[in-house]
Amino acid sequence: MRELALHILDIAENSVAAGARKVLIAVEEDLPKDRLRIVVEDDGRGMEEELLSRVTDPFVTSRTTRKVGLGIPLLKAAAEACNGSLCLTSTVGKGTRLEVEFQHSHIDRMPLGDLAGTILTLVVGHPTVNWVFVYRVGKAEFTFDDNPIKQELDGIPLTEPSILAFIKEMLREGIAQAQQDGRARE
Amino acid sequence: MPAIKSLEELKRLKEEALKKREAMRTSGRVQITVAMGTTGIAAGARETMKAILEVIEQENLSDVIVRQTGNIGLDSWEPIVEVVVGDEPKVTYGKVSAERAKRIMKEHVMGGKVVSEYVIPS
Repeated sequence: MRELALHILDIAENSVAAGARKVLIAVEEDLPKDRLRIVVEDDGRGMEEELLSRVTDPFVTSRTTRKVGLGIPLLKAAAEACNGSLCLTSTVGKGTRLEVEFQHSHIDRMPLGDLAGTILTLVVGHPTVNWVFVYRVGKAEFTFDDNPIKQELDGIPLTEPSILAFIKEMLREGIAQAQQDGRARE
Repeated sequence: MPAIKSLEELKRLKEEALKKREAMRTSGRVQITVAMGTTGIAAGARETMKAILEVIEQENLSDVIVRQTGNIGLDSWEPIVEVVVGDEPKVTYGKVSAERAKRIMKEHVMGGKVVSEYVIPS
């Protein structure tokens, strides 16, 4: 995977697989400290200590269709190659939190990629999950919570063409605005 | 710089969608599922999903539901897309690039004709 947004999609799919009702995705570009931080936090079923300690190992997966899971190990290796780290914490019955950090300016750091595309895909593809997306660049912040949108829609599918266009634009504008404001204030 | 999208605008879109929905209550539903496991994502499933959503938007297709699912155990065929039109049996497509997805949308979802060359042989 060549963009962090694809890794975010992959990690978020784990949250859905863990039965999460609400997933928070936070992306923070801390430019003064030269760090890029991504947090994915869910209220899914969580993991036992034993599985948690093995989950960053490429030869562990909870999936039954195939025995090798590479999502988290790949992301961990990518972070460690960029003066960063990956931290996974979990409580059974409460949820799981993944935090991954990179040196923002590191030459090997993957680009963030298409964040709007990732969030749109998750919101549309898993409509029963409440998705909250927070994007910070410096002091600028964009928050997207799909709950008010779904409440307003009252059962109309998110794939209704005009609604789809609306959400896509909302994400694109918000992300672009945060990037513009955050970098302007540097 | 355009104003950030407001809930007011969403309300207006909802009213319009409701009216349209009333008008087409009789037409069949289409359910599309995109496999979004690690292998699917690495093979380009997000771009496939985006292409499907783009066609829905461009062609103004109401009554199409798009969902995503985890790995379905056919890794060498990723990205995988399943299409169910009305009461017809499920069709499973393999190696669905964004381009192929657009063709499936036009020929199968809109035209009603299965794109047999992309169907995973069982």
